[in-house]
Amino acid sequence: MADRKKKFLQGNEACVEGALYAGCMFFAGYPITPSTEVAEGLSVRLPKIGGKFIQMEDEIGGIAAAIGGSLAGLKSMTATSGPGFSLKQECLGYACLAEIPLVIVNVMRGGPSTGYPTGPSQSDIMQAKWGTHGDHPAISVTPSYVQEILSETVRAFNLAERFRTPVVVLYDEILGHMREPITMPVPGDLEIIDRMRPDCKPEDYLPYDDKYEIAPLAPFGAGYRFHVTGLNHKQDGFPTNDSKQIGANNERIMSKIENHKEEIWKNDELMLDDAEVAVFTIGSTARSARFAVLEARKAGIKAGLIRPLTIWPFPDKAVRELAKRVKAIIVPELNLGQMILEVERVSGAACEVVGINRVDGEPITPMQILDVIKKYK
Amino acid sequence: MSVPAEKKEKVSVPFDYNKYLRPNKLPHIWCPGCGHGIVLKAMLRAIDKTGFDKNDICVISGIGCSSRTPGYVDFNTLHTLHGRALSFATGVKFANPKLKVIVVTGDGDALAIGGNHFIHTCRRNIDLTVLVFTNATYGMTGGQYSPTTPMGSQATTSRYGSIEPPFDACEMAKASGASFVARGTAYHTLELEKTIHEAIMHKGTSVVDIIDACPTYFGRANKFKSATHMMEVIEKDGTVNVKQADKLPPEKLEGKFLRGVLHKIEKPEYCEQYESIVMEKAKAK
Repeated sequence: MADRKKKFLQGNEACVEGALYAGCMFFAGYPITPSTEVAEGLSVRLPKIGGKFIQMEDEIGGIAAAIGGSLAGLKSMTATSGPGFSLKQECLGYACLAEIPLVIVNVMRGGPSTGYPTGPSQSDIMQAKWGTHGDHPAISVTPSYVQEILSETVRAFNLAERFRTPVVVLYDEILGHMREPITMPVPGDLEIIDRMRPDCKPEDYLPYDDKYEIAPLAPFGAGYRFHVTGLNHKQDGFPTNDSKQIGANNERIMSKIENHKEEIWKNDELMLDDAEVAVFTIGSTARSARFAVLEARKAGIKAGLIRPLTIWPFPDKAVRELAKRVKAIIVPELNLGQMILEVERVSGAACEVVGINRVDGEPITPMQILDVIKKYK
Repeated sequence: MSVPAEKKEKVSVPFDYNKYLRPNKLPHIWCPGCGHGIVLKAMLRAIDKTGFDKNDICVISGIGCSSRTPGYVDFNTLHTLHGRALSFATGVKFANPKLKVIVVTGDGDALAIGGNHFIHTCRRNIDLTVLVFTNATYGMTGGQYSPTTPMGSQATTSRYGSIEPPFDACEMAKASGASFVARGTAYHTLELEKTIHEAIMHKGTSVVDIIDACPTYFGRANKFKSATHMMEVIEKDGTVNVKQADKLPPEKLEGKFLRGVLHKIEKPEYCEQYESIVMEKAKAK
């Protein structure tokens, strides 16, 4: 990697680099703190490579245009923060049901409502899973470092294209605005996945062909004249009232993610093998947790860290196994208890589950975490 | 009140609608007496006149009765969310400007829930054709008052008469920056076909407000005798062609909507501006 360029980038700038590396050619969004640098960066970079950038009239327009861009065949993205993420939810559900690949970046700020626009939070974790109505699949990736924002943005595009579904990149304001030196990948360093395109005759094309788990998606204008709707639909994309088909399709869009969780999950582990107390957290909080775990080890406490880079689908297998062999799982998060509900659900009564929460716009410090770890000495 | 040009024009050869329909998706969901089918046919004849390849045409809609149109037509079709058709359409068109994008929407879809997208689409002057099926009601949900419901009208949510002044979609489109603004009705079907054709051929945002009666809800609630009676009162007697309007005294125009092309100017189109200015400058930098 000696020949790779080094850059000193902000998290949001790394997100731009990741999007471009992944082949993003379309961005539509609306200005919102603390994510604006993503839009600003792409507004400069996309037109240089023939890509499209448009600032829409509102958050809903931003995601709707991005879905349109994706249907026209371009890898598409939008970026936002809490209030905007709330506004985008209906369209997010549309992309889930219509199975349109899309990346949504949510740089999390304090809420609820307008909240604390320049302060960090991790309070959209549940919104990323449950924000839109109806049962639907959810994939969210959660980087902790500027370098990882780049690589996880690439992975988000790959997952979106591979599974024909929207993918949310979730990171907090601290990471969005933090600057770190990163190594710029060159082509070939990171895997790039493009959506499957049909090779059948246009008259044989079914946009939701159930002979595939994830059917190929034709771009509009390529000779495959098909129909896309947000109504429950049949294999041919047209609406249906047939309960059998409605049920089967709703189950399929869930199972296409459920069946591939192993492929989607990605956990970073630190000293978990002999750990008696584990910390489970994401984003900037995981950086504090890492420090706390290392300090605890110095003090002779067998602490470890599990840091999921995929929070949805929830890494239940890893947490379930972990819960069986530790005394406690500590869940620090910049909200009043969201991830902890999942950790509790999965671990059952196998171990103690303790939350550390903060919603005052300040990060959770290593010392806060260390203090809790010390209770399990 | 027919236009002389209409009398002269005869459809000599029966038009083959099946060329553009998806026959296995019919019958449509529209009620007997609804004008949407007439508008759909005018749209298909207009599209035929353009000579565009079906593969290059994209028909996009929001939610509502009119927004079911894309399901019946054999193009690239996209049935989106309530109010959002224009944003999806902006994305499709901007991503692939070669596509001819026609948006089919209703007055509630375009002017109420989608009002913001409507004015900003017009402002950008992106090359989309927007057909607003204006029937002054929310038909799909059972006849509530809409942003074009005339004051005093009955609806399921205005049992004491609507107290809200209605929007004029054409005035709104023009004020917002659309470079082509026209009005037609389902009653004046040949004129409508011509207007839609001109709208599609126009470069920039073209808006056609199409007055089109809903006998099931608006008609029954407001004591119209029949669907044809509604068409005569609202569409025939309630409108005047803009070319004839000049010759009529002001009192004859009172309370009437003007039909025909109301506004047409040359103006830079969004996708072309992006390519010629943004992309060029970005590459040079």
